[in-house]
Amino acid sequence: MYSARRFATRHSRAYEAFYDFVEPIILFVIGGLSKLSGGRLDKPMTWVEAKTKGALFDCQMCGNCVLSSTGMTCPMNCPKTIRNGPCGGVRANGNCEVKPEMRCVWVDAWDGASRMRKGNQIHEIQFATNKAHLGTSAWLRLLEERQQAAEQESKQ
Amino acid sequence: MNDMLHHPFVDNPGSPLPEIEGHISHGRFERVLRAGHFAVTTEIAPPDSADAEEVYARAELFDGAVDAINATDGSGANCHMSSVAVCALLSHIGYSPILQISCRDKNRIAIQGDILGAAAMGVCNVLALTGDDVSAGDHAEAKPVFDLDSISLLTTIKTMRDESRFMSGRHLDVAPKLFAGSSINPFVPPVESRVLQLKKKIDAGAQFIQSQYCFDMPVLKDMMKRAVDMGLAEKAFILPGVGTLASAKTANWLRTHVPGVHIPDAIIKRLEGAEKQKAEGQKICVELMQEVKEIEGVSGVHVMAYRQEEFVAEMVKESGVLEGRVPWAPEN
Ligand code: SF4
Repeated sequence: MYSARRFATRHSRAYEAFYDFVEPIILFVIGGLSKLSGGRLDKPMTWVEAKTKGALFDCQMCGNCVLSSTGMTCPMNCPKTIRNGPCGGVRANGNCEVKPEMRCVWVDAWDGASRMRKGNQIHEIQFATNKAHLGTSAWLRLLEERQQAAEQESKQ
Repeated sequence: MNDMLHHPFVDNPGSPLPEIEGHISHGRFERVLRAGHFAVTTEIAPPDSADAEEVYARAELFDGAVDAINATDGSGANCHMSSVAVCALLSHIGYSPILQISCRDKNRIAIQGDILGAAAMGVCNVLALTGDDVSAGDHAEAKPVFDLDSISLLTTIKTMRDESRFMSGRHLDVAPKLFAGSSINPFVPPVESRVLQLKKKIDAGAQFIQSQYCFDMPVLKDMMKRAVDMGLAEKAFILPGVGTLASAKTANWLRTHVPGVHIPDAIIKRLEGAEKQKAEGQKICVELMQEVKEIEGVSGVHVMAYRQEEFVAEMVKESGVLEGRVPWAPEN
């Protein structure tokens, strides 16, 4: 929802603090459920992720979540799906070049990032999304990546 | 120094220049900049035609006045001859075109193929752009691609060139030796973070930067000052863009209809007050070029004169920014 998305940007710092707190819990729970069910719960869990993040951030389920690096503003709502915005077409009032009635996603992103503790992450270069990940769970992927990283480390 | 720029060609002016240490490309544009000259670039409008002669005729207008010519890639989302073709034609006869690549029309497979193909045809410079949305142009019903964005495109060019591989990891036999650039618009929100966006582009691999139209000098100077303070002007060659306005009416239309064009009221007033608005527009452009040259950290100027291309050479001469230097042009 547009208004919920804008609310998240305005309260990016609180969202960041909240998410930092719940992330380990979320990952622990979905990791446990995924393992116990032998992957059979992955689909319903992805559905839950889509619904919650959809309601809060207009999440488009790109599968590579960068909300904490983009001021709690989902960049996939940019009509050009820019991952390193804004583009040069932003209107003087801060609205989008393509959708004049919508606030430029990236104007909001920089604004949101300016209030966040780890707001500097917006300076990091993000490569374009892996389109094969569209519609998949970013949380399950994050979990998998962390497990792989941990395994790598223990090997060394 | 000029010997380096006017290399005695063995067979063909389009042959690659001999390698020089510290230079990425075999092209003339990079040499002019690295030699510390104030460079002038302009834009060619690719024709709505399958005729190479039209491309040559359009390029010839700039002979002796510019160091490089940007070939736009479906600018304003309008369909024209492809920028790859325009650049190949021009490179072959010795010009230094800058291949503009927009992310609107092609995915990463097509773009990487074009990068290799263009380099194989002698193109030495590339400008990474995200691109205008399709809704801006004459094929509003087209599917916008935007698989990459300008910064991802810079990363792609850099990876192919420096690591000799595709983004998939597959190895390239010969890497494309391209001098890579991107654009910046200092005038649109969030204005304060535009310099940070500039830094991001440079970090991603931009070696030169050409900007949108700059009519608001105080804002440009402010951004340039911050860029110099952050050391960005040493890391990339920055060429602010200037332009000519045919009349106050055109200026008004541009700023209301073209995304990202910012023209202060004072400029419009000045045009309105002039007896010959077109001549006044050119005068403003000349003054802007001179003003840009004085800004610290600037390496050149990019002159955009859409539908007034025939006046570019005159304006460059009038401005004196080249200080008597005559950029390379084919001998006729
Ligand atoms: S104006 Fe903002 S939201 Fe619109 S296309 Fe450009 S970056 Fe995306």
